[in-house]
Amino acid sequence: MHITINGKVYDAKPEQMVIEVARENGIYIPSLCYHPKIGKAGKCRVCVVEVEGIGGLQTSCTTQVSEGMKVVTNSENILEAQRMVVNLMLANGRHDCIKCEQNGDCELQDAAYYLGIENPPYQFGIIEPQIDDSAEMIQVDRSKCIECGRCVAACNNTVVNEVLEFGNRGFDTKIIFDNDLLMGESSCVQCGECVQICPVGALIDKRAIGKGRTWELDKVETVCPYCGVGCKLELHIDRKTDEIVRITGVEDSPTNEGMLCVKGRYGFDFVKSDERLTTPLIKENGKLREASWDEAITLVASKFNGIKKKFGSDAIAGLASAKVTNEENFVFQKLIRREVGTNNIDHCARL
Amino acid sequence: MRQNSKAFNRHGIITLKNVGKINPESIEDFIAHDGYIAFEKALFDMNEDEVIDEVKDSGLRGRGGAGFPTGLKWSFTAPLKVKDKFIICNADEGEPGTCKDRLIMEGDPHKLIEGILIAGYAVRANKGYIYIRGEYYLSIERLGKAIKDAYKHGYLGQKILETNFSFDLEIKVGGGAYVCGEETSLIESLEGKRGLPRFKPPFPGIAGLWQKPSVVNNVETLCNIPDIISKGGEWFRSFGTKKSTGTKIFMILGNVKNPGIIELPQGVTLRELIYEHGGGMEDDKELKCTLVGGAAGCFVGPDLLDIPMTIESLSEHGAALGSGSILVLKEGTNLIALMKNLMHFFKHESCGQCTPCRYGTEKLYRLICKISDDIARNKPDVNDLNEMLETAKMMQKTSLCALGQSPLMPLESAMKYCVIDEFKKRVIK
Repeated sequence: MHITINGKVYDAKPEQMVIEVARENGIYIPSLCYHPKIGKAGKCRVCVVEVEGIGGLQTSCTTQVSEGMKVVTNSENILEAQRMVVNLMLANGRHDCIKCEQNGDCELQDAAYYLGIENPPYQFGIIEPQIDDSAEMIQVDRSKCIECGRCVAACNNTVVNEVLEFGNRGFDTKIIFDNDLLMGESSCVQCGECVQICPVGALIDKRAIGKGRTWELDKVETVCPYCGVGCKLELHIDRKTDEIVRITGVEDSPTNEGMLCVKGRYGFDFVKSDERLTTPLIKENGKLREASWDEAITLVASKFNGIKKKFGSDAIAGLASAKVTNEENFVFQKLIRREVGTNNIDHCARL
Repeated sequence: MRQNSKAFNRHGIITLKNVGKINPESIEDFIAHDGYIAFEKALFDMNEDEVIDEVKDSGLRGRGGAGFPTGLKWSFTAPLKVKDKFIICNADEGEPGTCKDRLIMEGDPHKLIEGILIAGYAVRANKGYIYIRGEYYLSIERLGKAIKDAYKHGYLGQKILETNFSFDLEIKVGGGAYVCGEETSLIESLEGKRGLPRFKPPFPGIAGLWQKPSVVNNVETLCNIPDIISKGGEWFRSFGTKKSTGTKIFMILGNVKNPGIIELPQGVTLRELIYEHGGGMEDDKELKCTLVGGAAGCFVGPDLLDIPMTIESLSEHGAALGSGSILVLKEGTNLIALMKNLMHFFKHESCGQCTPCRYGTEKLYRLICKISDDIARNKPDVNDLNEMLETAKMMQKTSLCALGQSPLMPLESAMKYCVIDEFKKRVIK
């Protein structure tokens, strides 16, 4: 299937939305509520385009492609409408980029930049910060919220924790936790999916505040060390101190599709902890001393062999872990069954 | 409503025919007035497609405001081979100044049930919902009794009148949100969710309640159906104009001598409505203008007194009929205050889902308040009016549902007719 965007022909798949084809081909359409993971949204009304044969403006995130469709994304009519919608968002809130954690990684900032908006001509008045600091890992600032609904969709449909919802109506609409509780008092498990999907700086990782903006941080992809799922992580590392500032999930990872649990996202203290073990320790005369891996493994093997000889194989049992991969568990049961020679093998089956 | 209203006491032709005449709490009385005859005719003498053809032939258009041809709407849903299909009656009459559906439901509830049954038979639906606004206590009570009686008499339930047609009907009471009169948010609310509009397509006729095909019709629309079936589309077409057939219920409100509700053949002019049926202007004052169709309606001034009050002729003049309420305003009415009231209504009723409406309605209200204050201080700024108009235009272009698209109509028409004059007068003074 082919569609035309701004006079150029592009390949498209029949089930795709116009915005998806545009993004695949590097055409920027400002959008705030659309995210590939939550699908059709149609709420922010910023991604409007003109489609030949259909009157008025259409939201490109809800318009499905059809053969020969002709789309324009940059006429003055479109830009004017987009400008006014973005202006209205800017008019209501403290969208002050200077000290914002999201600076440089903010989709509202991108839209305003693209549309050439400097200062919104209209203001709903002076808006005070509305910070909810009650939660362990996440800070909420409703004065930066644009009510796009991404976090609500992510919480309810992606991670299915069903904590976030919209409260009130109209101009008073705001995101709420459970029955309008503070985040820290709600049933939120701090998975941080809402933080990752928030297009602005309304939901941010609390511990990353003041520790550097996006362009000051190196991004390193790795796999989560906690459990056997194998979620793909992106570490945001302060280039100067080599410290992890925050962790996000990698969106195109087939394992976790960007989702993480509270441990994977926020449990990175151990990396540079003074208490972290970096070498094996052997206890001699009641005191621990550092040892090499070869020495430690040889010692353990000789001890096991000793037990096996004296008491028989069934005196030994193995407890496997959910934290390691299936392959590692397979190897472990081979070790217990074949080398030790017992069927005493079990699994903790929990994190 | 004034008790001495002449218009109020007059009986209607089709939809209001029985209102005030029969006992609304007696199914026997309704049956004695040819009730359920049309349904029996459809059920025994016509097949489903013949019913739809008859409705198409009548030229009936939706009476909720949009004026979509009813037969055509049904014909999208009828051929779909799905186990569950729904008829949803939109009785969430929320448009300010509109109370026609309430009069029918309070005065002739069985007619609505009959209309729903015929619609259900035609589109092969097996379940109906009447979504009724929560403040309509008497309508809820009387419809509730009417449904019970209809079940007792075998007009509702399994194997109706010993045929293979089964149909259940239930009342759902709404919370009074204006936006739930929009069909997709009505459906969301029926499903037990927040009343937020869905984006279309898909239209409810294809995927509505629980994503099943659902026909959503207004009360007045459905109440035209029994007579169309029993007397024929041609008879129905003998009322009204070529494009707007049948009758329409008008609510004549405001500064007239006899405000009230009246059913008239379509094509009646504003002059006839005000000076004949409304008994003329209150205190014989001059007519300033009228607000036709409620808050989402349009100001129509004295220059259009003699054009027919139909969807097509009004749209030629950039106006709309909407629900059929006509608020008559005499010379000296403070339109800025009225606009303030309308803008407050929109801001209050915006669901908050989409950006242009959520922020735009608030902005419009704040601007009209500023204008109002500035006029009081004799310092109005014409830029504020232009800003309002620009904002409303953008909202019309970009809003998700009709609510956010609506403020432009009253605003633009008010500016065309009168607000600008009023505004300028104050500036000069």
